Amino acid sequence: MIKHTYEQIGEIMYEQRLENGLGVFVFPKPEFGKYYAFFATRYGGMDTRFQENGQWLDTPMGIAHYLEHKMFDTPDGGNALQKLSATGASPNAFTSTAITGYHFECTDQFWENLRTLLEFVSVPYFTKESVEKEQGIIGQEIRMIEDQPGWQAYHLLLEALYHHHPVRNSVAGSVESIAQITAETLYQCHGAFYTPANMVLCVAGDVDPEQVCALAREILPSQAKQEIPRDCGAEEPRTVCRQENSRRMAVSAPLLQMGIKGTAAKDGPAQLKQRLLGELACEALAGSSSPLYHRLYEEGLINSSFYLGYMEYPGCAFLVAGGESKDPEAVRDAILAEGARIAQEGLDEELFQRLKKALYGVYVQGLNSFSNLCVEQAKGYFSDQDPWSFPAIYEAMEKKDVEAFLFSWVKPDQTALVVIYPEEGKSCTE
Amino acid sequence: MLPMKEAVLAPGVLLRAVQTKKFKNSLLSVTFLEPLTAENAAQNALLSKVLRRGVRKYPDLSSLSAALDNLYGGSIEPVLRKKGEVQCIGFWGTFLEDAFVPGHTPILEEAASLLGQLVLDPAGDGRSFLPTYVESERENLIHKIRSQVNDKLQYSLSRLREEMCCDEPYGLDKLGSEESVRAITGPRLYDRYREMLETAPVCFYYCGSAAFERVENAFRRAFAALPQGKRQAIPQTKVLAEPIGAVRRFQDSMDVTQGKLILGFRTGGGFRALEEIAQGLLFNAVYGGTTNSKLFLNVREKRSLCYFANSTLAQNKGVLQVYSGVEFSNFAQAEQEILTQLTACQQGEITKEELETARRSVMSSLRTTLDAQGRLEEYWLNRFVSGTNFQPEDLAQAVERVTVEQVVRVAQRVQLDSIYTLKGKEG
Repeated sequence: MIKHTYEQIGEIMYEQRLENGLGVFVFPKPEFGKYYAFFATRYGGMDTRFQENGQWLDTPMGIAHYLEHKMFDTPDGGNALQKLSATGASPNAFTSTAITGYHFECTDQFWENLRTLLEFVSVPYFTKESVEKEQGIIGQEIRMIEDQPGWQAYHLLLEALYHHHPVRNSVAGSVESIAQITAETLYQCHGAFYTPANMVLCVAGDVDPEQVCALAREILPSQAKQEIPRDCGAEEPRTVCRQENSRRMAVSAPLLQMGIKGTAAKDGPAQLKQRLLGELACEALAGSSSPLYHRLYEEGLINSSFYLGYMEYPGCAFLVAGGESKDPEAVRDAILAEGARIAQEGLDEELFQRLKKALYGVYVQGLNSFSNLCVEQAKGYFSDQDPWSFPAIYEAMEKKDVEAFLFSWVKPDQTALVVIYPEEGKSCTE
Repeated sequence: MLPMKEAVLAPGVLLRAVQTKKFKNSLLSVTFLEPLTAENAAQNALLSKVLRRGVRKYPDLSSLSAALDNLYGGSIEPVLRKKGEVQCIGFWGTFLEDAFVPGHTPILEEAASLLGQLVLDPAGDGRSFLPTYVESERENLIHKIRSQVNDKLQYSLSRLREEMCCDEPYGLDKLGSEESVRAITGPRLYDRYREMLETAPVCFYYCGSAAFERVENAFRRAFAALPQGKRQAIPQTKVLAEPIGAVRRFQDSMDVTQGKLILGFRTGGGFRALEEIAQGLLFNAVYGGTTNSKLFLNVREKRSLCYFANSTLAQNKGVLQVYSGVEFSNFAQAEQEILTQLTACQQGEITKEELETARRSVMSSLRTTLDAQGRLEEYWLNRFVSGTNFQPEDLAQAVERVTVEQVVRVAQRVQLDSIYTLKGKEG
């Protein structure tokens, strides 16, 4: 077992790769009464097409999320969610574009809960009836998210930015796509992706790391199975699929969602470096202490709901801005102009130095959250990087890196704008 | 245990501090308590937004943000909360702990000073707010009020309270109404601000590694200009123990694909003392507060009548809300099942397992409060508003003692008052 000490940020992490390929990471937290465990697979909404034993398989959109829902059913006819929460734990799960994660937080009976977590995630149990019953529940969930203007805007943006990349898939799928899911496909996907070599277990709390490994060895299959290579679709052009799109929904003011498509860095330390650089570039471009933010806010073009951030998934990376605005086109144009200006005139040195300080501080503060620690570590593990190496990366970052980033990213033909407009007439109550 | 120390800094001005090194950041907050009224709600809501625009030393957003950046990504944001019929107006700041600042430069004093400036030293001539700040924040607040409709669940919960408590301050939204925001003028807002500074009870809160004395000094210095004198008592929430008449029904239609069903109940009184709160928390957990509750297991899991069904209890108002996401065709059945489950609680149909599961969940949530800075701040604000000072651990122990008979008695006092449904548009 390897012990990593990150003195500057006050963290210790134990690392062990088990014989079956599972990555195990433990953050000892003697001062806390709570425990948190996160068990995840490198499998998400983007992974609908994959190759197993030399054969290509196409599975319905939304299947990873569907599988997540069905994993909680246990062969004894019970439900792991109830079993965990019966101990007072707060269990949950999520499916994102690139991973599916199961987790719980508890104050008591940690080992019993960890056992439950490892067991229910590794032992699939589906019947025709239970799979059919879930159609209704997930159908409701899909309808619920489709009602959310923010979700619609983001989804339309991904479809505008990308021609082929499977990040375009809605993670939950559609009512139509999930209708094609059967118990058989679920077993197939579980077999392919829920294998220890494709998974990671992260724990934070006052626990003995060796004991975590011992329990994982006891419960999970001992055989290492091959990892399934990820399919990111056909080669993605540099430019966007469409530059504008819009919809009408029950919103009070136009909702803007703007994306700037960039080049994804390959897995490894370079990817983390690009992410930190991208985040800093976003702050320099239109973050809350930037000149542009100030101007747009003063002009009433944005309000405090405005944000700009860096996003990445396997094989794709983009900037995304959002918020309410009475003139979304003007906001887009201003962002593009500011990017060009900084690239040309250079970034203010004072701004650059204080953004470095601020982002470092925000990153460290984020480590308060056990779930953040564990989820970041899991993502880092899946993409072959050490997320806790960030202080040195900030230290080494230079102003010209930010300028070069903005120069190559912020371009009109790499930019898409989606607007959700209010419905015509009065949308609210009668 | 995380002991809390407190000191009265002046009449009506309380400091509460929790010392711990377990977090990466410290948390500071300042909260003024005002009675929630139709007259003042909108002005109070606007106040902290206008104050956040700038102080004399950092007169605009970018210089203020730059100051926070230089404090290693510190943040100070306005927070507006509604606790029963009390409007809580204030700021909440988080700052990196000195131990993680390169060179270990102390930050607390500067953070407290910035907090003090935001409350006491707004940008302007010292006699009024900058008109442009008032105007643009007024527009932003109107937008915010309008955009509440975007979150259909929160909107529905708020609409039920509005209708059910139309004759009580509790029915008012914490942001005030669009109409009252429109009517705000700079001079009137400034008068309201001075009045709040002079008369409202205040609570300062700190959680972090610094010792109490250092914290007290930092707050005393930062808020030296806070007006001295007699302050109002903590505002009270009026509790209506029972519904006034027959069950009332309210409905809105919107372009949505999933309906919302909200039921509002009166709980026979508020929950203020330690034992009362413990019993209320446990009843709520048994009925609809957790994923092992009767509502979740029966309405959602067993009968698949909805996507979610939960309950939430406003302790100091004595109002219970059940909220559920439902297909339009299932409204009637879901409503019936929600009430059937309440009847079960009232008739004592609570198994030992249900009770113990709920108890573990409530106790776990109270104990993890000590591990989460934001929730701990909220916990102590709740104590301030209700004039109590017991620890989360005291409450957890009280929950341990609650009997099933006590839970049933809480359930028996619960009476349905109003029902709200959000439906799709016809055709």
